[in-house]
Amino acid sequence: MSDIIKLTAAEIAAKIASGELTAVQVTEAHLARIEAVDEKVHAFLHVDREGALAQARAVDEKRERGEKLGPLAGVPLALKDIFTTEGIPTTVGSKILEGWIPPYDATVTKRLKAADVVILGKTNMDEFAMGSSTENSAYGPTGNPWDLTKIPGGSGGGSSAALAAFQAPLAIGTDTGGSIRQPASVTGTVGVKPTYGGVSRYGMVAFSSSLDQGGPCARTVLDAALLHEVIAGHDPMDSTSIDAPVPAVVEAARNGSVDGMRVGVVKQFRGEGYQAGVVQRFDESVELLKSLGAEIVELDCPSFDLALSAYYLIAPSECSSNLARFDGLRYGARVGDDGTHSAEEVTSLTREAGFGPEVKRRIMLGTYALSSGYYDAYYGSAQKVRTLIKQEFERAFEQVDVIVSPTTPTTAFAIGERADDPMAMYLADLCTIPTNLAGNAAMSLPCGLAPEDNLPVGLQIIAPAMKDDRLYKVGAAVEAAFVEKWGHPLIEEAPSL
Amino acid sequence: MTTTTDLVSYEDALASYDPVMGLEVHVELGTKTKMFCGCSTALGADPNTQTCPVCLGMPGALPAVNATGVESAIKIGLALNCEIAEWCRFARKNYFYPDMPKNFQTSQYDEPIAFDGYLDVQLEDGETFRVQIERAHMEEDTGKSLHVGGATGRIHGASHSLLDYNRAGIPLIEIVTKPIEGAGERAPEVARAYVRELRELIRALGVSEARMEMGQMRCDVNLSLRPHGREKFGTRSETKNVNSLRSVERAARFEIQRHAAVLNDGGTIIQETRHFHEDTGSTTSGRVKEEAEDYRYFPEPDLVPVAPSRQWVEEIRSGLPELPLVRRNRLREEWGISGNDMQSILNAGALDPIVATIDAGADAASARKWWMGELARSANESGKALDELAITPVQVARVAELVTKGELNDKLARQVILGVLAGEGTPDEVVDKRGLKVVSDEGALTTAVDEAIAGNPGVADKIRGGKVAAAGALVGAVMKATRGQADAARVKELILEKLGVAEG
Repeated sequence: MSDIIKLTAAEIAAKIASGELTAVQVTEAHLARIEAVDEKVHAFLHVDREGALAQARAVDEKRERGEKLGPLAGVPLALKDIFTTEGIPTTVGSKILEGWIPPYDATVTKRLKAADVVILGKTNMDEFAMGSSTENSAYGPTGNPWDLTKIPGGSGGGSSAALAAFQAPLAIGTDTGGSIRQPASVTGTVGVKPTYGGVSRYGMVAFSSSLDQGGPCARTVLDAALLHEVIAGHDPMDSTSIDAPVPAVVEAARNGSVDGMRVGVVKQFRGEGYQAGVVQRFDESVELLKSLGAEIVELDCPSFDLALSAYYLIAPSECSSNLARFDGLRYGARVGDDGTHSAEEVTSLTREAGFGPEVKRRIMLGTYALSSGYYDAYYGSAQKVRTLIKQEFERAFEQVDVIVSPTTPTTAFAIGERADDPMAMYLADLCTIPTNLAGNAAMSLPCGLAPEDNLPVGLQIIAPAMKDDRLYKVGAAVEAAFVEKWGHPLIEEAPSL
Repeated sequence: MTTTTDLVSYEDALASYDPVMGLEVHVELGTKTKMFCGCSTALGADPNTQTCPVCLGMPGALPAVNATGVESAIKIGLALNCEIAEWCRFARKNYFYPDMPKNFQTSQYDEPIAFDGYLDVQLEDGETFRVQIERAHMEEDTGKSLHVGGATGRIHGASHSLLDYNRAGIPLIEIVTKPIEGAGERAPEVARAYVRELRELIRALGVSEARMEMGQMRCDVNLSLRPHGREKFGTRSETKNVNSLRSVERAARFEIQRHAAVLNDGGTIIQETRHFHEDTGSTTSGRVKEEAEDYRYFPEPDLVPVAPSRQWVEEIRSGLPELPLVRRNRLREEWGISGNDMQSILNAGALDPIVATIDAGADAASARKWWMGELARSANESGKALDELAITPVQVARVAELVTKGELNDKLARQVILGVLAGEGTPDEVVDKRGLKVVSDEGALTTAVDEAIAGNPGVADKIRGGKVAAAGALVGAVMKATRGQADAARVKELILEKLGVAEG
């Protein structure tokens, strides 16, 4: 394994800026790694070899001309296949968009390009980001680099696996109910769901508009912060994007500390369904925080117990409307257009063949929940629960600066284990969903391996809206303390594949 | 129901039933760009050239609200005496149709931007009828489907359909009345007057040209009948996309007659949409609404709520132009004319030209006289609208000025106007080219008067004897001799002077 792929994004950027490495060398090293291991991992749906090398060459030329390079110039990145990329396929893990070449770049894509980040390709995901294992991808599952028979989390399993397999030092994910944090947790990487509205959703194919949020994925807290700063900020193309300065996340990541901070532990985030090793590592993390000078505060947030139910009404409701546009008429797959079927029949046949079972399940759930006569009982009640959860977070943040919890109740489960049991699958997002419903910010970072299976456990840090910098301040402190304790970053214990 | 239903005569229908109407008018706003993206709204472009990822509903695209669209909606709401919501949201109206790219329409549901207003409309005889407004809300237009291969242009029997998304996303304001009751036999007239008043209002606000023939304003006529004395409404039919004032009136009238025929036969009205046919003046069945369609409305999560500040609303209110009815009433008083006279002016489309002529310096009476007289005749003969004639209000005002100054008389002025209409130049150029000047040379006039008196001794005697009215014959002779270019009033003065008679 070449040393280049083990570098962090910050190190790569520094070496390119100093001339120690060229962007082309860095890109080639990562492309070679993808070539070597992706047959096993299947993190990527599309590798844009030529595009990546062209971007890398442009960075090298800029440097030769003496132009100033951005903080991530020349650093390779794996982009979740939910962001549109002009001229490059975007499938959202679905057959219904097979062959679609978007005519435009998502705002995140544009910002990455403008920052001279090298986009290696598009990563695998649960179809339309619906799932917690990446098994719902229409293009086959992704393996967890820690154990290829295990799931890499989902929906952003391709992005987390690409990081853990050293195919890229940076990745982008999206998080509707935990799709950045849960994959980060089970792959021993770092993932951040920024405050809702912190990163533009323009060009991010919608699953559930009021919950979806793009965010950075990396192997270190600092790398995540550097990427966060590149992609965040107001975008007039997304009305829900916040028109305020981006919190100073990089500065926070460079100055990690929890000394004097009040850290909340929510009673509802433990109990039945939590793996012993996960609870053990979480409790150790709380002890660590105490030893670093944090004050621990117990919190009671009873409505968090209703979060999963509310989520599975709101998200399917919005998705039933968001996915209505996939009718086979304007883009993507089209089935049955042989002159014997009406437009309506072609739409039915296309959707029948193009959507997978989980997507169909959620479209039906949401259609039902929004129907007249049921709206108040389902969608309406779920919105009330959402308001309660928001209020409980607000009250909690009057008492604490951040909240910590396990990111997900278990370590990576086996591929196939929960595939036929949607409820078991949904439980993977138990600790992450309340944050999406409330719209505030959260991070997952590694806090050790579970003793019983030697698989990574994630620690979730939750901050109030627009206080994303607190995630990085706390995250950097915890990360540094763990690295000191372990003698190396956790990811170095991952098998070499 | 088919078109072959026997109709009941209009009088008989009204003898038994009381019509109740609901009018839903869609107005395409004249904003430069679409409601949720930056695409142009200009008419006449090649199909699908004014589109982008947003209005094509591409995966990942998001809407952003056009602030001018919101401002226009508030203007319309204020002009309709509505409350303006302090906080409201867009909603998604979910249904599938190929010309609607997202398969939902971004609209407003239970939180319209404007609600609870009214519009006073004037009927032909000048009587005012108040139409209550339920709401005015913002939404986006759909694309257009062109069904090819069928006989009627409808989807039935077509071999394929073409889709043009240029119109998709153009801002629409939907204005919905409360049930219009108590109009009785004048219901169709009220419908027409309402749509006309609304059109005038929209134009006066400058938010749309509201040209019905271009589809910029479309009216759905919902109508039901109930037996006299009953409070409960009957089942309604919804006649969609009626696109002229005359058709609105005819559609309402036809539906009254059709409903009455069905009800008289003991039948029941089916709640359905209907199409109006200009050629026959009748409606035919469209889509049957067996049960209320479930649009699964929910608040649009991609857009933040619209919360117009009270300060902004008041700024908009204070910037509103004088509204058409107020303006007409003011002008009617200023000009001292009757309601019927004003109605004739409106029907002739002469109000704006007359006002412009007055603004250019003419007095009100002569501005009205020329536009409703000579120019209305010309327009009628050439089949043009008044504002399409090749003469400007400024030019008409100049003609009036020349008459006032005595440089032209009415007869000459008419010739000047004809000259201008014929493209011979400005009024002054026509006067020069055609040599149309009142003869004001006293010497020449005196000679002509002397000759007239000498040539008509009998008439001259009568005048001397006190029959001043007889002077007309001599004036006529002088005018003839000067080929009409004399100032008739001055000629008469000279004649009476010569004959030593004072005007009585």
